[in-house]
Amino acid sequence: MSARQSRIAIFGATSDIAVAYARRSAAQGARLVLFARDAVALETVAADLKVRGATAVEIRHADFADLSTLPQVSRDAFAAFGGLDVALVAYGSLPDQTALNADPAALKAALDLNFVSPVLLANLLAAPFETARAGAIAVITSVAGDRGRQSNYAYGAAKGGCQTFLEGLRHRLFPAGVTVLDIRPGFVATKMTAHLPQGGPLWATPDQVAGDIVAALEKGRAVLYTPWFWWPIMTIVKSVPRALFHRTKL
Amino acid sequence: MAVTAHRKTYSKTYSSWGGVLRAPHEAVLPTARAEAAAALVEPFPNGVVPYGNGRSYGDVGLNPLGGLLDMRGLDRFIAFDPETGLMTCEAGVTLADILAVTARPEADGGGWLLPVMPGTRFITVGGAIANDVHGKNAHRLGSFGCHVEALELARSDGRVLTCSRSENADLFRATIGGLGLTGLILSATLRLRRVPGLGVETEDIRFDHLDRFFDLDAESTGTWEYTAAWIDCLATGTALGRGIYSRSRHVAGVAAQPPARHPHIGVPLAPPISAVNGLSVRAFNALYWRKLGASGRKLSLGAYEPAFFPLDAIDHWNRLYGPKGFFQFQAVVPPADAKAVTGALLGAIATSGQGSMLVVLKRFGEVASEGLLSFPMPGISLALDFPNRGASTTTLLARLEAIVVEAGGRIYPAKDFCMSARSFAAGYPGLEAFRSHLDPAMTSAFARRVGIVREDIP
Repeated sequence: MSARQSRIAIFGATSDIAVAYARRSAAQGARLVLFARDAVALETVAADLKVRGATAVEIRHADFADLSTLPQVSRDAFAAFGGLDVALVAYGSLPDQTALNADPAALKAALDLNFVSPVLLANLLAAPFETARAGAIAVITSVAGDRGRQSNYAYGAAKGGCQTFLEGLRHRLFPAGVTVLDIRPGFVATKMTAHLPQGGPLWATPDQVAGDIVAALEKGRAVLYTPWFWWPIMTIVKSVPRALFHRTKL
Repeated sequence: MAVTAHRKTYSKTYSSWGGVLRAPHEAVLPTARAEAAAALVEPFPNGVVPYGNGRSYGDVGLNPLGGLLDMRGLDRFIAFDPETGLMTCEAGVTLADILAVTARPEADGGGWLLPVMPGTRFITVGGAIANDVHGKNAHRLGSFGCHVEALELARSDGRVLTCSRSENADLFRATIGGLGLTGLILSATLRLRRVPGLGVETEDIRFDHLDRFFDLDAESTGTWEYTAAWIDCLATGTALGRGIYSRSRHVAGVAAQPPARHPHIGVPLAPPISAVNGLSVRAFNALYWRKLGASGRKLSLGAYEPAFFPLDAIDHWNRLYGPKGFFQFQAVVPPADAKAVTGALLGAIATSGQGSMLVVLKRFGEVASEGLLSFPMPGISLALDFPNRGASTTTLLARLEAIVVEAGGRIYPAKDFCMSARSFAAGYPGLEAFRSHLDPAMTSAFARRVGIVREDIP
């Protein structure tokens, strides 16, 4: 599928990976409808994408934590250009596990934003794609969803839940020819991880991840580990026996 | 991470491009212009320096243990008018990004090009302005600042000022080449240049002595837009200053695609010792000088990337100098004695046996750089790297500095790690006028070392 003039909706469009993907699409002349909470940031991103070659950019304010608004968000996405070729769900938060352990309300909010909201939205987007019998739903999950770890299991559980949900959704949409892409990035140097060292061979840039997303969508892939080396790493992490795993600080 | 009402700061390590200085900083990573401006209002205990893409060789972009505003998150285009060529973007946009967006060939092969392209395209617009960088067409089109229409400058008193030749003109002139010390550049409007063909023809001509450089330059300056020469810095005696003169010009109707936004190959790790040493430099220079074959000339047509951005082919090439890093030296000396002074500089370098493969000789023309502290001035500019061999290298650099200052020349802050306050003051007569435009929050290791700001913070 060529990105030229393609119709793309991005939810959480001001996140760094989303911006990098949008820029690559804009350079190919895509039409983009962008959803995010921060209206000023949305306008800034939209102006940038226009200069970079986007044929059209529409912006919509959205608060993904407000689950009741998601049906309207989905309708708006399809209405912007009379249909969609790609929907990228890119929002989320990286909560501090230690803080969540003492705060059930914060834990619920983190699970809502990282699991309930994205899967509700993906399910809402599914029906029109199914009717059109074409297109792709891509959701950014995480390698953290592959195994529960003491340092990060609320985020991991939410992302893991998304992965299982997407697996089922992919199964459902297979007959309609709709791609469901589960994007599992490792460490990416973004705003969300600015408090971490962000150096070394395991870290990728948002643009590298975006390049992998473009390629995976073109090939109609199901699961994308990005960069690629996270697939062998997570295969090992998943296969470490529990007795040994419990002795690590992962 | 530390969070206050006005900003979040992160303890992060930043290095000079030469790798000689590597130090922790209290970094702010703004992602919006308003956020960057707000971060400046609350005082930084040890001052703050704006940081772009980290290509300055020395310490102009560093403030060890103090504040640092990492501007790479402000990388958005704001507007581009393909009728007038006016481009407005945030300060963290790189020149590579601009070329990728505007320098796409149109049907006739032409397109909008950056009027000034320095030796690397991986620098930010903010850094290009703050260092008032130049390129191989400096003799024709001056420095980067000559093509800045306006800029948006945040000051630590909370004001955000538009500066141009008609509005806050004095502050505009101070900020061009102002080393980030007049406030924080948030965005800028550049006037791009429409060329009838983005592609260039390039001619390389071997010459066997420094005198020939001046002949070739005089012959080329009227008809070639981009000129510079590579010099074999180890050649002595009758071969002193031998090298290869390169000249390029755009050719109408010849297209060229924008160069890649990232290099395709890189140096992943620094070797334990410098790969640049007497043996490798001697071998490289001997071969390179002969690369043009028996005729001593070669004409080529096509992309401008190899001619303008040779270093950008390899990511992190600076790592080749090993863990001790390297110094870069660039100075310009006035035209009157340029031949003798350049000969003296090259003689001192050749005698020392130090130096590297990367040596560039270039004539600057009469197009005035507007900044109070701009580096380019009429004369001959010499630039080269020196692997860091400790005292023997700094001694040589001091010798070169003395020759330059005595000749009435000046050393380029963006490349410098060693110049004294006295040499800086002698080279930059605009310094006194510049001081009245300093923003009290801004500082840098360089600014303290050469006495632009007072030394009372570490």
